[in-house]
Amino acid sequence: MTTVTPVAPSMGKVAKKNVWLSRSLILPALTFGIVMTQIPFLVTIYFSLLNWNLLKPGEIGFAWFKNYISVFTTGDLVPAIIATVGITGASVILSLLFGLLFAVLLDRKFRGQALARTLVITPFLIMPAAASLVWKYSMFDTNIGVINWVTTTLGLPTIAWSTDFPLATVIIVLTWQFTPFMMLILLAGLQSQSREVIEAASVDGAGPLRTFQWMTLPHLRQYIDIAVLLGSIMLLQVFDPVAIMTKGTGGTKTLAYLLYERAFIGLDVGQAAAYGVVTVILTLIVATIALKTLFKVFMAGGNR
Amino acid sequence: MLLNKKIAAFGAMAAVTALALSGCSASTTDANAPVTLTLATVNNGQMKDMESLKGEFEKANPNIKVNFQVMEEGDLRSAVTADVANAAGQYDIVTIGAYEVPQWGANGWLTDLTPALTADKAYDVGDILPPIKTALSVDGKQYAVPFYGESSILMYNKEIMDAAKITIPAHPTWQQIADIAKKVNTKDHSGICMRGKPGWGDLFAPLTTVVQTFGGNWYDMNWNAQVNSPEFTQAVTFYKNLLDTAGEKDPVSYSFNECLTALKEAKTAMWVDASVAASMLEADDSPVKGKMGYAHAPVVKTKESGWLWSWNLAIPANTQHKDAATKFIKWATSKEYDKLVGTKLGWAKVPPGARTSTYSIPEYKAAAAAFAPITLEVMSAVNPAQPGVNPQPWVGIQYVAIPEFQDVGNQVAQLVADALAGRKTVKEALDEGQKIAQVAGDAHKTK
Repeated sequence: MTTVTPVAPSMGKVAKKNVWLSRSLILPALTFGIVMTQIPFLVTIYFSLLNWNLLKPGEIGFAWFKNYISVFTTGDLVPAIIATVGITGASVILSLLFGLLFAVLLDRKFRGQALARTLVITPFLIMPAAASLVWKYSMFDTNIGVINWVTTTLGLPTIAWSTDFPLATVIIVLTWQFTPFMMLILLAGLQSQSREVIEAASVDGAGPLRTFQWMTLPHLRQYIDIAVLLGSIMLLQVFDPVAIMTKGTGGTKTLAYLLYERAFIGLDVGQAAAYGVVTVILTLIVATIALKTLFKVFMAGGNR
Repeated sequence: MLLNKKIAAFGAMAAVTALALSGCSASTTDANAPVTLTLATVNNGQMKDMESLKGEFEKANPNIKVNFQVMEEGDLRSAVTADVANAAGQYDIVTIGAYEVPQWGANGWLTDLTPALTADKAYDVGDILPPIKTALSVDGKQYAVPFYGESSILMYNKEIMDAAKITIPAHPTWQQIADIAKKVNTKDHSGICMRGKPGWGDLFAPLTTVVQTFGGNWYDMNWNAQVNSPEFTQAVTFYKNLLDTAGEKDPVSYSFNECLTALKEAKTAMWVDASVAASMLEADDSPVKGKMGYAHAPVVKTKESGWLWSWNLAIPANTQHKDAATKFIKWATSKEYDKLVGTKLGWAKVPPGARTSTYSIPEYKAAAAAFAPITLEVMSAVNPAQPGVNPQPWVGIQYVAIPEFQDVGNQVAQLVADALAGRKTVKEALDEGQKIAQVAGDAHKTK
């Protein structure tokens, strides 16, 4: 925390004072952040080295890296990473495609546009647990669900969603929830596009498809980047549809659900803490790459 | 300046500590000082009834106040476990399931209630249903009193059976039930509904009773896992075939509440599950009220296959207010309490399955005529010490009373769900489950 920074020599007294002012302004938030995140993390690391099952208070003791060894040898970690990446990836891509479609549709003027926009946004405003319950009972249920009513009316067989297609079940719910999020960001992008450019393109004889491909999509590029990054960060923690609908079967046991199982069903504090530490390290790696890309997007936006 | 502040703070702390200490000593020595009991409980209907009636107890015992902390089952389990295991002493009375009582009692976490209960003739401890009393005792010491209990029974839609000209015997076998389920299975309704949601308390509550009546079990007397034994495999295969040929379409989504709805909406013909469901099927707002038939849970090699579960009141070993807490739990599980609920809240709301005498109250018999006799019959007949064909080293029916069982049951249930969906064969699933169960069993071998 010294004042030696590359820009220091060129700064005057006033500038220096400003730097210190901004630093002191950020200090409370920084302290709060460290107290609220770093101390619990250190405690978690300590817990992860303990042999501590809530139900066996007589056996609490120091276990060194026993918990970490069990994390890597029980074979639960790799499937959980695959499930998390698969569910996140598929849901982000699908909701991005649907989001783009809805954004393009909502970008033109029509009667009831505001109403339509509000309706399309609604899924994102519903709590994840509530959304999963709504889908479980009113859409996927084999007796009273809408989807199965449609398939049986068409003479097709009933589909056992959670039993036979657990991955698709989770991805469908997440796509439904995150399409509005993607749409909002992309709509903002579309509305920031200059009309003159589009008009010029049509004067030059470009059809709507060509205009979209060569003018609109490149313009949307940075918005898509941000939407994908933010969406991935939010979806990485997916828990509710797994806990409510599939219970981690059929390749839907995400890292968040695995952690919950170890902590609240296994009641194994030590092992759960070890999973937590491993998850944090993995997330840090992903987040570092993601944030670097995110800043690049902002830089590119500023340079234009 | 800073030093002064420190001294002041230290002084204040010392004063508070002194106060707290004096408070503690006062409450333990002076029997007439006012006492506030903290009770942790689960948010089931019967518990909320107890909260609404606690005023009666406080009126009779003006020195004792009872403070209820009502929680969801999952929250209750982790909050109470953490508190009791660490001897934090936040609760004077805890509500725990039949699964926890013998384990916690053996750990020395709970107060032995035997002397207090046997000394009180009016409480009549012999009136508690014997199987429940067995399930709540370790080495002859009773560690909890049942607030209400349940078994599992077969419930069926009489209209569907009548239309198919089928009579269900009072003591059916699983083979009979499987045949009937296939016969009455149509496009409009399934032949039977059974829990399939992966979880030790969901899928494995009924499935463990099926396994036990097929002659299998989780462990043998030496804690060797028996999950891939021929009997266990046969039982799971039977369960899968039953669901495949005549069960609900999407078993992973179905547990107690979903099957209850299906039976109420006549979307299924039969259901084997908790006897407490009968009171919901016969409730005034139920569309199938009066149209249901009840029978003993189906069997194969055993005489009975009903499970045994109870929600119980227990006193953590380190509470400061043992006497007051004992007074309250005796009141809440007394014969008088049953009558109080009946007169104040309605006879159908009397907590079932705890006392034999509940079933001889004329008003209760009338209010629960459809299902009370069979519930009592099954609950008195089951044997929690040996529910299966072979002896087992723990007491309990649809669970294994070891701390690891929640975890083992959950993981094996997920594997069985894979088998139900056809992603694995039953053999593959149970071979994997055997390894998981053996790790937990090994931890108990040395004892």
